Order: sequence, then C-alpha cells, then structure tokens
Amino acid sequence: MFRYRDRDFADKIVRKLKNLNVNVVLMHVCGTHQDTIVRYGLDSLLESCGVDIRQGPGCPICVTTPTEYEEMITLAENGAIVTAFGDAVNAPGYNRSLMDARAQGCDVRIVYSIEDAVKIASKTDRKVVFMAVGFETTAPTTAATLLQKPPENFSVLCCHRYIPPALSALLSSGETKIQGLIEPGHVSAIIGVKPYEELSKKFHVPQVVAGFEPLDMMMAVYMLVRQITKNEAKVENEYTRTVHYDGNEKALRLLDKVFESSDIVWRGFPVIPKSAMQLRSEFRSYDARTIHSRTLEKMKDLRFEESKECRCGEILRGLVEPKDCVLFSRVCIPQHPVGPCMVSIEGSCNIEYRYRGIRPEAQ
Amino acid sequence: MNAEASEYRCHLTVCLAIPARIVEKNGDHAKVDFGDGVTREANISLVDVAIGDYVIVHAGFAIEVLDHKEAKETLKLWEELLSV
Repeated sequence: MFRYRDRDFADKIVRKLKNLNVNVVLMHVCGTHQDTIVRYGLDSLLESCGVDIRQGPGCPICVTTPTEYEEMITLAENGAIVTAFGDAVNAPGYNRSLMDARAQGCDVRIVYSIEDAVKIASKTDRKVVFMAVGFETTAPTTAATLLQKPPENFSVLCCHRYIPPALSALLSSGETKIQGLIEPGHVSAIIGVKPYEELSKKFHVPQVVAGFEPLDMMMAVYMLVRQITKNEAKVENEYTRTVHYDGNEKALRLLDKVFESSDIVWRGFPVIPKSAMQLRSEFRSYDARTIHSRTLEKMKDLRFEESKECRCGEILRGLVEPKDCVLFSRVCIPQHPVGPCMVSIEGSCNIEYRYRGIRPEAQ
Repeated sequence: MNAEASEYRCHLTVCLAIPARIVEKNGDHAKVDFGDGVTREANISLVDVAIGDYVIVHAGFAIEVLDHKEAKETLKLWEELLSV
C-alpha cells in the first residue's frame, strides 16, 4: 500500500541532493527521528550529499533534570508507590536511579500509560505518584486523565515541557550553526504547524514537519535543502497523513485547561522561559510537589555532582556526537548509563550504541 | 495478522507512537490492533474515530487519526516535487 521505504525513491532524492551540491547542517529534535536515521544508515548517506544532520534536545527522558528524578526517588523512599515509563526508571537522579531505589525495596512500578498508574491507585489506599514526563505528544494523556478526576491518593510529578520555546532558546544561543530544522511529527500532530511559523520569521530558518519512515526523513531533508538553496525560510509539512495545520484541537483544548506555562531548566540548557507545563491551581490536589511538599523538603541538602566527563549537555545542544565523549561505550553503556542520553531508547548515545555497538577504534 | 496494519506499523521496538487500527469501541476506550496479532486497549478520548480507522497510539492514547487519502497523496506530491 505504501512505499515509504522504496529504495529507488531514496536514490532519486540522493541524486537530487547531490545535484544541489550543498554543505549544510540540519537539526531534528526527536528520538524516533534519530532512530530512523541511525537504523537505516541515513546519516552516512546524507553526509555523502553534504548534509550533516544532528539530534537536538528531543528526548524527553534526556532533558528531564536529575533533580526531577531525585524528587521521584525521594517520594519512593518515603513510602509512596511511584510509577513511571520504562525509560524513566533507569535515568540517574543525583547518584542513583528509581531502579536502584527499587532494588533497595522501594515500590517502583513501570507503566505503559498514565491510565495504568490510575488503575494501581484505585486498588490501594497508599499514595500513588506518576512521573509525567514528555512533550506535547504525551501531556494531553496527563490532561485527559486529570480531567477524569482520578482517585484522591493519585498525583503526578509534572515534568512536561513545550518544544517550541526550546527551539527558540537553541536558535537564540547561536552556539550551533543550524541551517534547517526537522520538526517532530508526533509533537506536531498535537500542536500543528502554526507554532513553528514564528521561529521561521524570527530566525530565518527553514523548517519541515516530518514523519518517521526513512523516506519521510529523506524527503524532509530534500525540502529543507531546497529552501536553503532558494534562501527561503518557510514551515512545510511533509507528514500531512497525520499532522494538520491546526494540530489536534481537542488535545490542545485539554492542554490549555490543565496546564499553564512557567520557566524551567532543561538538562544541558539554562532556564528556558515558558517551557514548563505547570498544573493550573485547580489541579493542585493532584500535584505531587504540593501534596508531598514536606517529603520533598528532605532533598534540600542534597547536591548533584555531574560526572565531569559526561557530555550529555553538549549532545543535547547538538554540539558534539556520542563518539566525541570519552565515556561512550567504555564506561557508559545502556546497562550502566552515566548520563541520560545512554538511558533512554530515544537518547543519541543509546541509539548509537544499539545500532553501531562499540566505538570503532575499540573493535 | 492484519497486513495493512503491519505495513503502517513502523516502530514497534521504539514504543513511542505506533499506528494501529480500531477494532472495537467502548466509550472512551477502544481495542486497537497493531498488526502481527498484537492488540491492546487504548484511550480514544483525544480523537474522533470509527471502527476500521487507523490511529497513532502513544502511551496508551490515540493521539491522531491517520489519513488514508493524504497518505496516498503524499507519494504523488513527492514524485511531483522531485520532478521539478
């Protein structure tokens, strides 16, 4: 039915790109895009066409700070049942992960969906906390659930973030010379195409919303390169089979009902203004930070000491690649991750390790 | 196995957001088929769907409906774009 992996079509795009004879740096902000790129070897293919493609801050587990994981660990150690997505339980807090806390006897449970966490709460009198991580793709699931009035012993530790303010921070910093952005298809399924337009205007940067098949990515690159050669800065949508210009209006309404924006630190970045989704005051009774504020106060004397060698921060800003980090595949492997980019299956280091294995010189 | 769903499915290993077909509806929830006989319950309160529609499922929720027509159109548009 579909030919989104058609080799001839890919060859056609490669020929077109080579004819344009460019030397450009593009960025995407999505772990699933990175997975497609590395799994199908698109990075080396594109390199031969003069296209350098990098992953930015597009892995929710990676950009969540150690402090947020430490909050969950503290709640677990103080008797709450804590629930989180599979990736989040292995991400390091200040010096251990939720999984380590579980090994010490804490009640840490992996869930596929926030609804699974609510089900756990409905079967117990104990406090159940869900770690709500993720961008605009995931946040509507939290919003929809809270609007259904879950049981009183249920709360969320809200770590949701908005993507467009991070893109703006990245482009303003000027650290990375990015000539085009590939926008994440499933964040865009919710927010639509519109929120990116301001960025194109302000930073004169071309953008293409892309899907996740190899040809989606190749086509997005071609559309960006075409814009670059014409000196255009538009927002184009390659993923029209899922993304509408106005996004998912139903989901957007729920987001607006439940969350308001506030400032927050992202891993690898300083405070990014208006990038946090904070629960509105009406939902305070479900806010783990409010109802467990006393427990969380116990954290105030703890200090986080980041590994000096870990380069996750720079990787998240698109400045270096996993192989540039001295720890990669030596000390830092998925079984013993030092930084979050090796933890999450959406993290650059984890993806690089899974598909390419150990570093070339060590083979 | 549902061949159509199987073709739509792209990232079962990266369980981030996976296309699936609506098999049964029950209020805010539906049974969805990811292909290869993998079915699961998903919340459909964020979308308007009918049985047989394809949706993108993320963290137990259908977040958007896949547009059949657009999917076919896309390939045509690409051909056009590349022939310019």
